[in-house]
Amino acid sequence: METIILFAPLAGALICGFGWKILGETAAQWVATGLLFLAAFLSWIVFLGHDGVTDQITILRWIESGTLATDWSIRLDRLTAIMLIVITTVSALVHLYSFGYMAHDDNFREGESYRPRFFAYLSFFTFAMLMLVTSDNLIQMFFGWEGVGVASYLLIGFYYRKPSANAAAIKAFVVNRVGDFGFALGIFAIYFLVDSVKFDDIFAAAPTLAETQITFLWREWNAANLIGVLLFIGAMGKSAQLILHTWLPDAMEGPTPVSALIHAATMVTAGVFLVCRMSPIYEFAPEASQFIVFLGASTAFFAATVGLVQNDIKRVIAYSTCSQLGYMFVAAGVGVYSVAMFHLFTHAFFKAMLFLGAGSVIHGMHHEQDMRNYGGLRHKLPYTFWAMMIGTLAITGVGIPLLYLGFPVGFAGFVSKDAIIESAYAAHNGYAFWLLVVAALFTSFYSWRLMFLTFYGKPRGDHHTHEHAHESPMTMLAPLGVLALGAILAGMIWYKPFFGDSEKVAKFFGIPEAVAMAEESHGEEPAADEAHSGEEAAGDHGEDHHFAFGGDPGDGAIYIGPDNHVLDEAHSVPIWVKLAPFISMLLGFGTAYQMYIRRPDWPAKLAQNQRPLYEFLLNKWYFDEIYDFLFVRPARGIGMFLWKRGDQGTIDGGINGIALGIIPFLTRLAGRAQTGYMFTYVFWMVVGIAAVLTWVSITGGTN
Amino acid sequence: MTPAAFAFYIFATTTVAGGLMTVVSRNPVHSVLWLILAFLSSAGLFILLGAEFVAMLLIIVYVGAVAVLFLFVVMMLDIDFAALKAEMARYMPLALLIGVVILMQLGVAFGVWGFADGVEDRIAAPMGDAQNTASIGLLLYDRYILLFQLAGLILLVAMIGAIVLTLRHRVDVKRQNIVAQMMRDPEKAMELKDVKPGQGL
Amino acid sequence: MIAADIQVVLPELVLSVFAMAALMGAVYTIKDRAAPLLVWTTSGVMVLVALWIAIAGPQGSAFEGSFTSDGFSVFAKVMILMSGAAILLMSEGYMARHGILKFEYPVLITLASVGMMVMVSAGDLIVLYMGLELQSLALYVVAALRRDSIKSTEAGLKYFVLGALSSGLLLYGASLTYGYTGTTSFAGIIEATEGGVSTGLLFGLVFLLAGFAFKVSAAPFHMWTPDVYEGSPTPVTAFFATAPKVAAMGLFARVVHDAFGGVVGDWQQIVALLSVLSMFLGAIAAIGQRNIKRLMAYSSIAHMGFALMGLAAGTVLGVQAMLIYMAIYVTMNIGTFAFIMSMEKDGRVVTDIDALQMYSKREPLKALAMLVLLFSLAGVPPMVGFFGKLYVLRAAYDAGLGWLAVAGVLASVIGAFYYLRIVYYMYFGEERDALDPGMSPVLWGFLMASAAVMVVGIVNLFGIEPAAAAAAASLVN
Repeated sequence: METIILFAPLAGALICGFGWKILGETAAQWVATGLLFLAAFLSWIVFLGHDGVTDQITILRWIESGTLATDWSIRLDRLTAIMLIVITTVSALVHLYSFGYMAHDDNFREGESYRPRFFAYLSFFTFAMLMLVTSDNLIQMFFGWEGVGVASYLLIGFYYRKPSANAAAIKAFVVNRVGDFGFALGIFAIYFLVDSVKFDDIFAAAPTLAETQITFLWREWNAANLIGVLLFIGAMGKSAQLILHTWLPDAMEGPTPVSALIHAATMVTAGVFLVCRMSPIYEFAPEASQFIVFLGASTAFFAATVGLVQNDIKRVIAYSTCSQLGYMFVAAGVGVYSVAMFHLFTHAFFKAMLFLGAGSVIHGMHHEQDMRNYGGLRHKLPYTFWAMMIGTLAITGVGIPLLYLGFPVGFAGFVSKDAIIESAYAAHNGYAFWLLVVAALFTSFYSWRLMFLTFYGKPRGDHHTHEHAHESPMTMLAPLGVLALGAILAGMIWYKPFFGDSEKVAKFFGIPEAVAMAEESHGEEPAADEAHSGEEAAGDHGEDHHFAFGGDPGDGAIYIGPDNHVLDEAHSVPIWVKLAPFISMLLGFGTAYQMYIRRPDWPAKLAQNQRPLYEFLLNKWYFDEIYDFLFVRPARGIGMFLWKRGDQGTIDGGINGIALGIIPFLTRLAGRAQTGYMFTYVFWMVVGIAAVLTWVSITGGTN
Repeated sequence: MTPAAFAFYIFATTTVAGGLMTVVSRNPVHSVLWLILAFLSSAGLFILLGAEFVAMLLIIVYVGAVAVLFLFVVMMLDIDFAALKAEMARYMPLALLIGVVILMQLGVAFGVWGFADGVEDRIAAPMGDAQNTASIGLLLYDRYILLFQLAGLILLVAMIGAIVLTLRHRVDVKRQNIVAQMMRDPEKAMELKDVKPGQGL
Repeated sequence: MIAADIQVVLPELVLSVFAMAALMGAVYTIKDRAAPLLVWTTSGVMVLVALWIAIAGPQGSAFEGSFTSDGFSVFAKVMILMSGAAILLMSEGYMARHGILKFEYPVLITLASVGMMVMVSAGDLIVLYMGLELQSLALYVVAALRRDSIKSTEAGLKYFVLGALSSGLLLYGASLTYGYTGTTSFAGIIEATEGGVSTGLLFGLVFLLAGFAFKVSAAPFHMWTPDVYEGSPTPVTAFFATAPKVAAMGLFARVVHDAFGGVVGDWQQIVALLSVLSMFLGAIAAIGQRNIKRLMAYSSIAHMGFALMGLAAGTVLGVQAMLIYMAIYVTMNIGTFAFIMSMEKDGRVVTDIDALQMYSKREPLKALAMLVLLFSLAGVPPMVGFFGKLYVLRAAYDAGLGWLAVAGVLASVIGAFYYLRIVYYMYFGEERDALDPGMSPVLWGFLMASAAVMVVGIVNLFGIEPAAAAAAASLVN
């Protein structure tokens, strides 16, 4: 079944990409979509039926070279199962949605067939992503990692006639290479130290790594920390974290379904997935984890501030994605990987929905993306409006605080985001906590700003466009409906297994429990025998706070060290902490309401009064400009130098000089010697003889 | 200097001079005549070596047949040697230089000439008292049978080649048909007409 | 005793008798009308003799050591006969179409093959010379076979006169050798050179090698090659490019190893010099050529340079590499010439490479086969031709001739240009008037088979490697 899930998208991509001429365009698209729905359906079966025990399904023997032996196999544990449903569900819905969205496109000429290509790329992306999350070793993961990079490149640059789309595609690819370089170095380091790239071996070696020193860049590092940081650099690239985030907003040049699938729900979360997957390493790498928290919180804050002032509807959501990814990294960094996964899970629903909703708006508004030209659309696009509303409620974290009916009551984002903020507090990381709270305020502001600008107020911009604004077809609305369901309920349904009591989390993720000991010896003893400890824990109800995660690294889907109590402590944070995100959400909403509904003239005034700040935010903290100055121009300078001087001057000059100057000259000489007269030929033969004779008598004729 | 040695030098000098003149003489007919002189002197050298049979062969075959054939061919050819020589003359200085170089090389080589150890053992032993002709026959048809046959094949190829390249079946000439001639019936070949005087046919 | 000797030369004897019988038979019956039948019979007989030699050929030494049949000669003879038979088959249609299919043609080819077989089996300088002349004389004649064409007769005459000069050089070298050692037999020479050689013998060696270099058309004794290749009828050119080259190479190897194997250092430098000159001259001079036959002439000069590189190594590996190289070279050339023979426009022979512009559009399969062959000739890696080069380069390198190997690589890079130019014309050129479509099945078969060999052969080179190794081992000891 898992094999079918993995290969159905590949089959879809191949059939659709290569077979559409035979099948016909529409049929090919339906094949790809149908296979994806099949995969999604099977994924849900796998997810719901999964018992938390890690499964391995070998597909084929793959690489065999020295000590580097790698199978291509599926590692099926809870993490994989979560990712499976996220990827296949969103992907299937995006496929369906694309029927409507891609129906007509001004970027292509009349009669040009681009749709099968688009679907093939989408399916290929899905396959690569599945390969990434199902991998059993780092090499396979790296292949998936690069595969999604390629697919992302192809899809961002899908409108290949638009220079900006091509530039964005290249930017995404290049920036990701920087991250991948770190990732690759991490893999090398692991292989160098562990002599294996299999997760099982790596996890087992994690405690040893923590005590190993390694020399890198002229100084000694703790191996676990170094590996953690290197791998995280890869994650930074893929997940658009600060420093390497610049490609994500530009990636919005791609078609909107792509943004929903790749740049919101799945690919960008690969980094979070990587960190969670490598939790055994990070548990032994406190400094690396600290770094993750720091960077995640900064990104969450930074992206939220930039999101405040953007006018392009997709860019707002893109920065929002960036910011939400920061939340996830904070969770992963403080050691509550389950919460990180929780937010990843819920975020996939509501962010995909926001994007698809935005896509629906764009579609309805004839590819107008500037929110300043929207307004009052809620009557024209009622379904889209409600979908976006649900998405906004989810992302801003609307819910009823402090009410606990066995689960907290609220939209998906409310549950998972609050969990992260509480965890950050519980981890005693004030920096992360405050930044996240402020970011929540900003999130609320820009999300509502988006809603107000788009759906409320008076229509702005081109009248013609507004008159012809229309609701999207059913193929586009149906996915919105499904996702809305997820955005509302996902948080409440899966609260327990992700963030409920430790025992549930442990069971969900297949983590064996340590023997519940007295305070002094928290789980230091190895995980005894699991069956025994399982039984014991069964009679251990009500003692949540004494529950300790156990097992060796790699036993469960995630590993939580014996000293890591953040999950437990997050439940016992003070009330004000629990209320903080809710209050910031309200503040954000209030401000947005005030500025965009009651006094629409305020934003302009504010921008006028606070010009430098506004410019600073509008220009995304000048990251692109700094990079342009620091990297792009020097690189181009070096490139130009090498090209003009090195290539054209030296190599072209040298090679061409020989190839086009000397050789033809010699050719002419040889041609001239070939006179056709026999005496010339004889002459040369005799010259040859004379030369050889002379040479022989000089060198060899000694004895 | 013994008479034999004197004869040798005479013959040897004449041979070399004849060869040289063959090459350099302007008139091709003269060249062939010089060639004949060289052949004759070589025959003299063979006689000095005691190989009178070979000497006679040389005179009969080369002088009597080959050289005379050459003479005919050369006289029949119409080649503007002067033009060719003019073209060649441009290369002459360089050719002379190289010739001198090669000569000097060879001079050096012959100057320090030495035989390998055991040359005497390897050189073919004299045939004893047998006559030259008999000895040659013995060698040719026994020890060197392979070479003899190969030489025969070469001659065969030469013959085939000559025929292939020159023989032409001309269709536009009348040929003698012996059978037809012999089978001719006078009755049919001739018709007797009684022609009256003063009248035509 | 004579019976035992004849046993050893039996294959040559059989072929000679066959040639004479064919000659007599045709002369006294239907003459030229027998030619097609004779061509097929001859090539059948040659294949049979080749198989006989390969499987159960007589081994040993005959006529007091002046004729040797060993592993090396077997390998070379099989190559000679097989390629000769292939060329004969290929030439039948072409020569018939152009009215030069004479019954003497297969006879001459057979006799030339006998000469070549004698060459590679020679154990004596005189036998060597006899074989060489038998071969050469037959080749002079076939070069001029189209006797009404000025070019053809010119080719024959030039070949003849220059060949005579080279024979003179060879004989001069042989006489110097005889003068120093007192014998013409290889066994005697190697014995006499045990204690080193004098300048006189060295000069003799130089003259001998010059004679051989002429036959393999190594620079600077190559000048006849382009003219003769261009002027001769194409099937004859194809023949020149294959069997005689193998024979001359075999002769070369036999003399330097059997007669002068004791003084490797003395001839190694000369052979290396010939090799490097040939490689570069072949590569450079070919660039200016637009006539595909002249192009192939320079190509063969360059290839001989590579084969000589193997020989220059002076080791068993070197001879093995040379043999492998020659086998590959012959196979490639058979395919290429099969194609060249089919190049016609309105029934007239075309040799200009411009005629191949955009050939791939009209004849994709043939163009592909040519692409494979040309890549192989250029030594582009996936093709078999590359492995031939690899062998000789390795042999030269192992023998301490690193500079020669480097030069070889450089030359092959330069040489790749003109092969690839043809490929470029075929695939990216501009549209011209088309060559006549169609190709006789025989030519098509040889073209495709040769191209297929270049691709499939990369698996194990059809097992030629151990055979060549055994042949080389029997020569060098």
